[in-house]
Amino acid sequence: MSVAASLIALRGVSKHFERHPVLDRVDLEIPAGRILTLIGPSGCGKTTLVRIALGLLHPDAGTVTRAAGLRIGYMPQKLAIDPTLPLSVGRFLQLAERDRAKCQAALAETGIPELWGRPVSALSGGETQRMLLARALLRRPDLLVLDEPVQGVDVTGQEALYALIGDLRQRLGCAILMVSHDLHLVMAATDEVICLNGHICCHGTPRQVSLDPAFVALFGPRQALYAHHHDHNHDDHHSHDHG
Amino acid sequence: MSLDFLYWAAAGGLGLAVLAGPLGSLMVWQRLAYFGDTLAHGALLGVALGLWLRIGGGTAVLVTCLGLAIVLLILERSRILAADTLLGILSHSALALGLVALALIPGARVNMEALLFGDLLTITPREVAAIWVLTAVALAVLGGFWTALISITVQEDLARVEGVRVGAIKAVYKLLLAAVVATGMKAVGVLLITALLIIPAASARRLARTPEGMAAVASALAALAVLSGLAASWWLDTPVGPSIVVVAAGLFALSLAVRPA
Repeated sequence: MSVAASLIALRGVSKHFERHPVLDRVDLEIPAGRILTLIGPSGCGKTTLVRIALGLLHPDAGTVTRAAGLRIGYMPQKLAIDPTLPLSVGRFLQLAERDRAKCQAALAETGIPELWGRPVSALSGGETQRMLLARALLRRPDLLVLDEPVQGVDVTGQEALYALIGDLRQRLGCAILMVSHDLHLVMAATDEVICLNGHICCHGTPRQVSLDPAFVALFGPRQALYAHHHDHNHDDHHSHDHG
Repeated sequence: MSLDFLYWAAAGGLGLAVLAGPLGSLMVWQRLAYFGDTLAHGALLGVALGLWLRIGGGTAVLVTCLGLAIVLLILERSRILAADTLLGILSHSALALGLVALALIPGARVNMEALLFGDLLTITPREVAAIWVLTAVALAVLGGFWTALISITVQEDLARVEGVRVGAIKAVYKLLLAAVVATGMKAVGVLLITALLIIPAASARRLARTPEGMAAVASALAALAVLSGLAASWWLDTPVGPSIVVVAAGLFALSLAVRPA
């Protein structure tokens, strides 16, 4: 993928918090139309990297280049609305787009058109995520950035949400940058995985990453075994190191 | 006996009440009660500065509150300490410094009770005019930035990604708050001004379904508290500022009996 075709390119990005290095010379390219997942243990710098890519945070070193006129739809990890703020789902969307019809269409797109008048405080985890996704869609994004999109959603809801995300990519043709702490969950939903732990440990298709020694060292064998189960070409992976 | 002073008091109090609705609602949503207290305590330092420099008390208090708001904005951005620790330090330092400064100024005749708890009944037509000018300007500014302010309140990062100028709008809001605290001090005093902003807004929560609805109901409740407090003060000979706050607190207690809208 050439630099020209990428929506956002990060080069040698480093970030420290209170002298503690969080990111160390990270390169990241977000190509158009692909689903890219950042994965890593908590505290590995995923959210920091996303915030730098979004321009919410400045790196201590390195460069961030965004394609001209890039429209980003962002789905934040947390929505901590003070319970004293009365806000309906419809009004939440209208904070980004005045046009009521467009807001209703976005809500229909994410499968919850009936929740227009519901108070935001009365939504379930899955409904909240779908509402956030609808607001991100209002921007008609070239790139959707989803920070832990299935957080607080039950297991069936998670599958449905990933199916919706994949479906939206097909329909809208946008690129998606996702953050997850669990490869297991995003296996089916992503084109490419980047495993992060302060630096980029490994990257590739979900299967490649799940078999990468750096990934296994980071997450232990559990997540790797899951992928292994689907890998019927066992011969390559039994060369144990008895050194 | 002319009752003009009572009408001026009502006019001044109502001007503040109208503004207290939207401004106080934003304070409640963004948990800025402590921020308001800090500004109010700083107002006392402004009184001392005004006497020391022999400039008008109102101007000195306004400048001091705005200055303090700017200092808070800068310190908050630098993240030296947690925001509430920072406010705790500044709030009480400003209060103590103000009291010490007032004691040190030779020949200063200060009615401490009026400063701390307000003296609405001695408000001058000029001061009433200042309140209404501020209210008109502040409502226009809040109206212009209202959607952006709600958006910032709901999710700051999201607002930023969507192109809202978060830093600038937050600064404008906090400077407005400082101006209102400085101006409203006359009515209910430095110790009670935050109450006039916060309590009606908190009471309005259960009576509203939208942010604007809550702001409007809060204004109405604040107006009711001002007029009732004045009336109570007139008939029962109680201090005005505390009477207004007592009524507001009573309305809050009543609001708890309402089923959430």
